[in-house]
Amino acid sequence: MTRQMVTLDANEAVAYVAYRTNEVIAIYPITPSSGMGEHSDAWSAANIPNIWGTVPTVVEMQSEGGAAGAVHGALTTGALATTFTASQGLLLMIPNMYKIAGELTPTVFHVAARAVATHALSIFGDHSDVMATRATGFALLASSSVQEAHDNALIAQAAALESRVPFVHFFDGFRTSSEVNKIEQLTEDDMRAMINDELVLAVRQRALSPDHPAIRGTAQNPDVFFQAREACNPFYLACPVIVQRVMDRFASLTGRQYRLFNYTGAPDAERVIILMGSGAETAEETALYLNNRGEKVGVVNVHLYRPFSMEHLMQALPATVKSIAVLDRTKEPGAAGEPLYQDVVTAVNEGLVAGKALFQKTPRIIGGRYGLSSKEFTPAMVKAVFDELAKDRPMNHFTVGIYDDVTQSSLEYDPQFSIEAEDVVRCVFFGLGADGTVGANKNSIKIIGEETENGAQGYFVYDSKKSGSITISHLRFGPRRIRAPYLIGEGDANFVACHQFTFLERLEMLKYAKPGGVFLLNSIYGPDEVWDHLPVEVQSAIIEKKLRFFVIDGYNVAEKTGMGGRVNTIMQTCFFAISGVLPREEAIEQIKKSIVKTYGKRGEAVVQQNFAAVDSTLANLHEVKVPEKVTSKVTRRKAVPDAAPEFVREVLGPMIAFEGDRLPVSALPVDGTFPSATSQWEKRNIALEIPVWEPDLCIQCGKCVFVCPHAVIRQKVYDPKYLQKAPPTFKSIDAKFKELPGMKYTIQVAPEDCTGCALCVEACPAKDKTQVGRKAINMADQPPLREDERINWEFFLDLPDPDRSAFEPTTVKNSQLLTPLFEFSGACAGCGETPYVKLVSQLFGDRSVIANATGCSSIYGGNLPTTPWSVNKEGRGPAWSNSLFEDNAEFGLGMRLTLDKQNEYASELLRALADEVGQTLVEEILSADQSTDAGIAAQRERVAVLKQKLSQISDPRARNLLGIADALVRKSVWIIGGDGWAYDIGYGGLDHVLASGRNVNILVLDTEVYSNTGGQASKSTPRAAVAKFAAKGKGLPKKDLGMLAITYGYVYVARVAMGANDQQTLRAFLEADAYEGPSLIIAYSHCIAHGIDMRKGLEQQKLAVQSGIWPLFRYNPKLLDEGKNPLILDTKDPSISLEEYAYRETRYRMLLQSDEARAEALMRSARMDVEKRWQLYRQMAEIEYQLRENGGSH
Amino acid sequence: MVDLSTTYLGLPLKNPLVAAASPLSKKESTVRRLEDAGASAVVMYSLFEEQITHESLALDYYLSRGTESYAEAMTYFPDMEKYNVGPEEYLNLIQKLKKAVDIPIIASLNGISTGGWVEYARKMEQAGADALELNIYYLPTDTNLTGQELEQTYVNLVSDIRRQIHIPLAVKLSPYFTALPNFARRLVQAGANGLVLFNRFFQPDLDIEMLEVVPRLELSTSSELRLPLRWVAILYKRVEADLALTGGVHTPEDAIKSIMAGANVVQIASELLSNGINRMSELLVGMRQWMETFEYESVAQMMGSMSQQAVAEPAAFERANYMKALTSYDNRLYI
Repeated sequence: MTRQMVTLDANEAVAYVAYRTNEVIAIYPITPSSGMGEHSDAWSAANIPNIWGTVPTVVEMQSEGGAAGAVHGALTTGALATTFTASQGLLLMIPNMYKIAGELTPTVFHVAARAVATHALSIFGDHSDVMATRATGFALLASSSVQEAHDNALIAQAAALESRVPFVHFFDGFRTSSEVNKIEQLTEDDMRAMINDELVLAVRQRALSPDHPAIRGTAQNPDVFFQAREACNPFYLACPVIVQRVMDRFASLTGRQYRLFNYTGAPDAERVIILMGSGAETAEETALYLNNRGEKVGVVNVHLYRPFSMEHLMQALPATVKSIAVLDRTKEPGAAGEPLYQDVVTAVNEGLVAGKALFQKTPRIIGGRYGLSSKEFTPAMVKAVFDELAKDRPMNHFTVGIYDDVTQSSLEYDPQFSIEAEDVVRCVFFGLGADGTVGANKNSIKIIGEETENGAQGYFVYDSKKSGSITISHLRFGPRRIRAPYLIGEGDANFVACHQFTFLERLEMLKYAKPGGVFLLNSIYGPDEVWDHLPVEVQSAIIEKKLRFFVIDGYNVAEKTGMGGRVNTIMQTCFFAISGVLPREEAIEQIKKSIVKTYGKRGEAVVQQNFAAVDSTLANLHEVKVPEKVTSKVTRRKAVPDAAPEFVREVLGPMIAFEGDRLPVSALPVDGTFPSATSQWEKRNIALEIPVWEPDLCIQCGKCVFVCPHAVIRQKVYDPKYLQKAPPTFKSIDAKFKELPGMKYTIQVAPEDCTGCALCVEACPAKDKTQVGRKAINMADQPPLREDERINWEFFLDLPDPDRSAFEPTTVKNSQLLTPLFEFSGACAGCGETPYVKLVSQLFGDRSVIANATGCSSIYGGNLPTTPWSVNKEGRGPAWSNSLFEDNAEFGLGMRLTLDKQNEYASELLRALADEVGQTLVEEILSADQSTDAGIAAQRERVAVLKQKLSQISDPRARNLLGIADALVRKSVWIIGGDGWAYDIGYGGLDHVLASGRNVNILVLDTEVYSNTGGQASKSTPRAAVAKFAAKGKGLPKKDLGMLAITYGYVYVARVAMGANDQQTLRAFLEADAYEGPSLIIAYSHCIAHGIDMRKGLEQQKLAVQSGIWPLFRYNPKLLDEGKNPLILDTKDPSISLEEYAYRETRYRMLLQSDEARAEALMRSARMDVEKRWQLYRQMAEIEYQLRENGGSH
Repeated sequence: MVDLSTTYLGLPLKNPLVAAASPLSKKESTVRRLEDAGASAVVMYSLFEEQITHESLALDYYLSRGTESYAEAMTYFPDMEKYNVGPEEYLNLIQKLKKAVDIPIIASLNGISTGGWVEYARKMEQAGADALELNIYYLPTDTNLTGQELEQTYVNLVSDIRRQIHIPLAVKLSPYFTALPNFARRLVQAGANGLVLFNRFFQPDLDIEMLEVVPRLELSTSSELRLPLRWVAILYKRVEADLALTGGVHTPEDAIKSIMAGANVVQIASELLSNGINRMSELLVGMRQWMETFEYESVAQMMGSMSQQAVAEPAAFERANYMKALTSYDNRLYI
């Protein structure tokens, strides 16, 4: 078998080996490792065998803890088993890792190393997760590149089998896991040559089996535990030698020689950097560059970090070394130094003592941190470290890559320093997520990598929004393998492409362009008119850098060829045409080949459409004759307006403009606490169309406001006097609210925050009787409306909010008079979750503490730069936090315990201070009815009076009470998360919190898959739906979480779908909050992962309910006290077939389209599921309860 | 024993009851049951080029949307090995049916582009279809498009397909042509071996409470028989093509009327959809009994016996409603 050159990312490269050398794979999705599990699942579904000819079993577990447990079990019984994970996932595996290592069970865990959440969550790469496993007894093997990760996946597997020491094989999350690079792919013969089948047989023989039974997992006492723990020593002592032997065998097979500690650089180097992971490749390339310029430096790339072999490190360090910098991609606050640094210090000391070192004199050793959370680590930073090493008194415990103006730990570096080679072509592309830029660039890199002799690399940067997101693609290609695991720097790009014209006014993209480079712009303006539409900064950059400037009206080509907003293949064709990497004809042939490869499965029509786009591109591509002078009157827009608060302007503003790397340490909060209400300052203007209100048709039902996922359409009732200062286009009519007579009414849209999802239009029930296509809300082009509506919106916000005490929010229309305190999130346009979250914020936001599980809701709720949780005019609003994925229910319970405890303590103090405070006030406070907004408002006033009085009292108890007096006002605790949390990873905690009887409200945003990580199946996924890890359609029914909770008898449970019955949804939320015990609301949340027209999300909710798959109900234990049945069904008998609902969704349809027989069989079972459950519910709802005081029933 | 056999599109059939294009032909098992119940041939459900194109583009849209734009979710669906969004499933079914049953299998096609029509027709022939029924329907809304242009498009289409395939070709028509006999003749000249009268369509309905347009397909009733009956009777012997009558055949008597009007076969769908596949054998028994009762020997004998050219009063087929109110008389008595 000859080896192929392939262009892929490390997740795929690693999974390729791991899948073929294992038989049981237990996983749980977590970024950035999910790709490894997904590839394995896809291969297993396609019946691809491993090297022994059998198809590995891939199983998705409920958490990484579960995955590790399942792997442990599989290993114990003699399987070759593996898992893939990262970050918190790896941390959850730690208990089992101790066990697996303690039992000397060979396995390899492949880890896309990622930051562990501390002051904040980060999905990006560093070694803090791997470092947390140092003590488990697992060997730790690091890879620096895609090729190394591919190779080391096999080396680890072979070495684990031979040494019996289990391995963590890790590589940098995102930087390596997601970098696309050209590698030589190992063949199955290579794998067979490296894996000794005798060792596999030994695994079988050590397995637990009733045919030759043994006992493992005993409990040991002080007499023997210690000795037994030491009994494994020979295996760990032998391990490094075995790994090197395996590496040598691998070298003889492939020609790629690895060492435990790879040394690169001058043989007589005096300054050496030691590090591991992708940064090592950057350091190696920089060292070679510097040595070519006369310096004497070197780099030790650590591959085998555990077991740490002092001897091997000593052999790697040159005799001439005088100073060493050890770089750690992790932080251990309070430690004597970061872990690799400490290990090197110890090893050098021991090496000298033992006479193993080649050098005679103790080198000076300094340690530093770099690259946390995928912070860029560039040659400039490497040079700064080498420069530091040359100093007489180099700084120790430094940082590099940031500006630490607080403890002055950071090294200065010259950002202009670059080692980029002249013969490497570098290209930067700015695209919109939805336009397909990244996908096209991945294809381009594959074409260049696989169809030319060039080395090729692609790396992709995304912002953190799920709608209107910006992508930046960094592509390099050239005559050698590309070893540059860092972004293309300023002034280094030969080619800059902007795929969306509007980016020009937001982003400084030509800073990347190299003088004399090429700038390609997708523009509706042709070559003769485009110049006048460019901002000043763009014009001057083009002139100053003497850029060749090309335009294409990609939008037009896309529209004419039916591509809609996807300009991907069009821009790709332009790139090949201009870059000349291939002759034009050949390039077009290759693009078409890749189109067939990518889209062929989806049908000829898709292929032909893309072909048409490619074919019509070149005629529309034009070079622009660049004028000599800057003539523009427009300048780039500020990221945030001047009116924004200072923190928003100075800190969040640069982050919005992709300039956050420049913020110094002092700019950031020390403890991860950020101000609320910042999303209002990030005007993204992503909607092409926005809703327009037609007052003459409006019936003031509030439905449009209710369903808006982004809180951009709002209604207000206000005194007519305010209209005197209304802007000219501000619309208003007489209000029809019986509690608020004589008022005016307006529905207003925030034009710059709207995502254009049109859910409001779909929800609007008011149609023009003379023209039914016209509703009271209709979509219209945003640009002509933007300025007027912006002014109207500002005026609208300034109108006073109606007095909460004046009306009850018990109808949909009234509830929508409440100000949303969750606004303008980065959720997908048309998101099905956020309307529920927003409703919580409206009804209870001013007195809510929110615990939010990790997932979509924690990302659109808490991902910087700006966050959507907001405040009302009194400054009150939801207090929100995310702890982890698995512990959210417990996290929320803890909040409740605090509030209850403080309320209790405050009440005690209040009674104790009754004489000083005044008996009447104390009694009023303690007996206050806080069941209504009016009651709560009255209590707040009392507490304000109390605080005033307390501040005058010298008794130290008064001071205590002052600190917790606010706990006397009723607070709500909301525990919010998705189905991945509630049904799977957090279910144990959720169950316990429900059982606790405490007054918490749990909102499950049920999308029936793990939405945030890309649609993996959860126990909520319904039968017959396709999801990742259920690629053949889920064969078992959805878990009935509501019914499980009902069995407690004292939990309020509701199942809601606002698109089907908004009033029932509202009622459920109000009842849940009012219920003095645990409440659980399971909310149908349509999702992009369902593969639906998001505009029809509400309609899908309705169909789900009508089909019976989502029956609406409320179970209110309070009703039992009244002798009533607590279960109220809010749904009628199913009135449409399940297929009428399901086959409008891709998740169901794609099974029909790929395996019709199975789809039909599963659909039949799914219909039975619906039928069975409906009959059960109906009978439960019909039970007549006759409960007697003394227990038992007649 | 009466002889029920007939021929259609050159295919010898054991009786004139053919299963019309309907969802019943989507499965091998139901086609077997149709054969067992006595159907002499099966017209498969239509392959809609537009649907194939739409499904393919829709699948691509939903699988692509939201991908490669957010770091944690590069995709939202697993990548399936294959999707049956092309004509393959249909073509495979033709092959399967050909193996499963002995009766002829007539494929049915509704295209949108000339290329699509021809390509799919060829593929159906290659897959083993015994004949092809072209399900032509275009709803003109363009006020600049003339009837002549539209008819010419259809005629061109038939001749394009005829040039590419060798199996017999039938054209299923709608009744909405100004000069149907002329158009029918042109289709036959272009290469059609048979005409199927008439196609029935989804007709939009209006929901006047929700103020929405709702598509609706009502199953046919016997009363609808009269429209095709008239045109079969008129076209019989006027065009050199076999005739299939469809739409409104629910009873043995309906079938007999159709044959007497000149149909080589009747195509049945609604009756089977509402009353089950076994209804086919009941119709056959009924036909046979009727023929025995009235002493007919064969289908061939009665075929066209009441066509316009065969009846005593050909003008009866040409009268519109009000004419029926007039007293009929025969002026030949007054010489």
